[in-house]
Amino acid sequence: MMPWRRKSRLKPNPPPIEPLLPLAVIWLLVTLAMAVAPHTGELPIWLTLLFYALIGLRGFIATRNRSLPPRWLLLPLALLVGAGVMIEYRTLLGRDAGIALLTAMTACKLLETRGLRDGLVLVFLGYLLVMSNLLYSQEILMVAWLFAVVVVMLAAQTLIYRQHAGLTALAPVRLAGKMVVQAIPMMLILFVLFPRIPGPLWGLPKDAHQGRTGLSEEMSPGSVSELSKSDAVAFRVRFVGPPPPPKQLYWRGPVLWNFDGRKWTRHEELPAKTPVAFTPEGPAVEYAVIMEPSNRRWLLALDLPASLPPRTGMTPSFQLLRDQPVNEVYRYEVRSYPSYRTGELTTLERSRVLRLPGRGNSRARELAAQWREHDPQPEALINAALTLFREQAFYYTLTPPLLGANSVDDFLFRTRQGFCEHYASAFVFLMRAAGVPARIVTGYQGGERNAIGDYLIVRQADAHAWAEVWLPERGWVRVDPTAAVAPNRIQDGLYAAVADPGSLPFLLRRGGHSEWLRQLALSWDSLNNSWNEWVLAYGPDRQKELLSGLGFGPVDWGEMTVAMVVALSGFGLIFAGLRWRSQFSRDPVARSWQRFCARLARRGLARSPHEGPLAFVERVAVQRPELATLAQEIGRLYSALRYGPVTTPAAVRRLQRLTRRFRA
Amino acid sequence: MASPLEDRLDWVVRQVGSIILGKERAIRLALSCLLARGHLLIEDLPGMGKTTLAHTLARCLGLHYQRIQFTSDLLPADILGAAVYERQRETFIFHPGPIFAQLILADEINRATPKTQSALLEAMEEGQVTIEGETRPLPEPFFVIATQNPAYQIGTFPLPESQLDRFLMRIELGYPDARAERLLLEGEDRREALARLPAGMTPAQLHEAQGRVAEVHVAPPLLDYLQALLNFSRESGRFRGGLSPRAGLALLRAARAWALLHRRGHVLPEDLQAVLPAVVGHRLHPGDDHLEQSAADLVGQLLNAVPLPA
Repeated sequence: MMPWRRKSRLKPNPPPIEPLLPLAVIWLLVTLAMAVAPHTGELPIWLTLLFYALIGLRGFIATRNRSLPPRWLLLPLALLVGAGVMIEYRTLLGRDAGIALLTAMTACKLLETRGLRDGLVLVFLGYLLVMSNLLYSQEILMVAWLFAVVVVMLAAQTLIYRQHAGLTALAPVRLAGKMVVQAIPMMLILFVLFPRIPGPLWGLPKDAHQGRTGLSEEMSPGSVSELSKSDAVAFRVRFVGPPPPPKQLYWRGPVLWNFDGRKWTRHEELPAKTPVAFTPEGPAVEYAVIMEPSNRRWLLALDLPASLPPRTGMTPSFQLLRDQPVNEVYRYEVRSYPSYRTGELTTLERSRVLRLPGRGNSRARELAAQWREHDPQPEALINAALTLFREQAFYYTLTPPLLGANSVDDFLFRTRQGFCEHYASAFVFLMRAAGVPARIVTGYQGGERNAIGDYLIVRQADAHAWAEVWLPERGWVRVDPTAAVAPNRIQDGLYAAVADPGSLPFLLRRGGHSEWLRQLALSWDSLNNSWNEWVLAYGPDRQKELLSGLGFGPVDWGEMTVAMVVALSGFGLIFAGLRWRSQFSRDPVARSWQRFCARLARRGLARSPHEGPLAFVERVAVQRPELATLAQEIGRLYSALRYGPVTTPAAVRRLQRLTRRFRA
Repeated sequence: MASPLEDRLDWVVRQVGSIILGKERAIRLALSCLLARGHLLIEDLPGMGKTTLAHTLARCLGLHYQRIQFTSDLLPADILGAAVYERQRETFIFHPGPIFAQLILADEINRATPKTQSALLEAMEEGQVTIEGETRPLPEPFFVIATQNPAYQIGTFPLPESQLDRFLMRIELGYPDARAERLLLEGEDRREALARLPAGMTPAQLHEAQGRVAEVHVAPPLLDYLQALLNFSRESGRFRGGLSPRAGLALLRAARAWALLHRRGHVLPEDLQAVLPAVVGHRLHPGDDHLEQSAADLVGQLLNAVPLPA
């Protein structure tokens, strides 16, 4: 044996790689570029540029038939990019850093994509990138875009699998579109019936819900007016029946009890599993709230809520708290009574709602003491405070001057310009100093009616703070000192009340040349609301509600699973049935023949797909001589009708008669 | 439906069958090929009856028959003929070659050089020959039955694909079965029997039969099936280069002739399937060159993969 032969035996050839054709590479690049496009806002700019540069480079290599960069270059490149992500985010874990790393490594993978297998790996990375977009946004536009990306990605996948089939440029897209359309019924069944569990299916990274603006659990001067610059939607409300007048639209959020001289904070209250009792006076209002993710546990409800959504409790200060933070679009239904009378204060509560810091704001304390000497009745004291706001030169503004260490004194006697939190804070301070139990309630006030969808939009800019005082006969009574300064804030919203409406975000302004644009925005909002209500807010509660509403009574997840499996199998059967039927054409000649063949097939004499009619009946005649005469006649008649020049109705009827008579 | 023409064709099949024993299918294929105005290539080992088949067919169809034995030193002029100077008349007189006959048996065609092969193949394609600037028509009808030895035999020049394509069919005879072979061994000399064989048809009758072939009805479902076969050969990736439109036309013509030979006025899928191996066997090549697949295997793949349209 020659030495070189021996050598070649020692080192076997590597298995051949099926190369990826340029067309498949181009499709892959297009879909990846599409999948990453929505991320460009979140990714660091250098990474975005790098990603698209590598896409372009790979496209150049594919179309010009250049060779890929050498393998020794890839590892340093990957390490470098990984280090870049590490430096940018100080971590490789979590939502933002994780997605950046995924994007970066996908781009690097492009440079070693040679064969079919690499192409498929990239397709699956692409699906992962598509999913990662949903961690940032689940709005209609995003979902529509991702849907399109999935179709194109499926097309790329098809092309990779069948790259030698010589498909035309559009054929993969058509095929992918067809597959997606066929998958829609399955998707709907899974969407409606897949048992939903509260909370995410798996632990999302800690930073997954970062950066949500909204009410916080404490209030200091400026914290609410900051929100007035945001026209983001906080929640939308659909009323059963006519909506209450604007002056009753107080959406209750966190109730703040404790004051440290500058900052109001809530105090921990344990939610009860049943609504806190009070005496309603007047009719109830029923409504559904579709809340945007807030990353907070509290749910907003009109003063005062008398029912509890599922998995929600109520604190003694009538605040709804869910068992988990609202990190998804969440829909819940509440019943409230706008007129009410609440119960007694406990001693502990009484001491808490009268408590003030030991020192500071001495002028306000003096003023309260003067009022109290004049008339100690709580109603008189409230009136005194509201008269002060109404008759002195107080202004309602979005841009109040800064306050010093004694913020209440500073506001009451020096600046006299403020937003709702200034007025509420000063009012509650005065009340407590005068010996009237009082607390601050934060939340939202008012909202914009969207006539197109017949619901109320409450934006972050509608955030508000007001006061509640406790009166011996009536219990907790809402007093809104802002109404004394700027009555139209309550009646007509923020736009009507502020002195400088030009500084408000566009969607909060009214009138002017761009009113039609605002109408357009409202139509769009209406569409979004429907999306939220029917798709995003379709959680465990809504699912049970819907299925119970269909007349199934209370449904548990086991029954739901059964229903899902039944529906999926039913759909599969329908699909199979359609395919099966499509074999049987409408042509009576073909149908008769198919019936004849089906009968023989049941007897173990199946016609193979390529077997001609005469050849088949000859085979039948050999294997079942007793059937020979009839089978041969049917075969002759059928072949003459099907392939012969003339078809007479009489012959067709004869074939039908013969096949009906035929019993295998 | 039966008419004297069909009876006469049946008679031809029977007569040829009495000389070439146990090969009815091959005989019918050969006859269909001639009825479809196609040339026939018979590939088999020496001594299997190729020459006898050609000779018998010529005799039964009443055709003027010439045999050309191809050898490596055969020249084009040996086939086509040449102009020879005659001293008495002081002029060149054209002496037609053996090609000026109605049925040519080109024996062992792959023993000749490509140049000589192409002279014959040109004549087959155009029905005329051009010798020394003068175009001369070939007789009507004009058939070529070529035989060739399997390519692995020594001293052969295999026909290129483009020239194989000019033959409507390629058939093999194969060994006779035991019963036929016994009859062959017991019976009289084939040559003598052949000499006694009467001519069953006139060229005019043959012409009529060829006309009838073109009239055989082809229904749309059959064309669907034919197109499905052609498409599969092109798109499945199992074959290198699918079947050409010419192959499709050839299939249809051959299937019509086959149907007529079986006393049918329309073509059935079975007719198409019957002529399929002979018509496309020499036109298909495996998609993967490493696979050693016989023509029969390839045709079988094609046949089994394409269902009849519903």
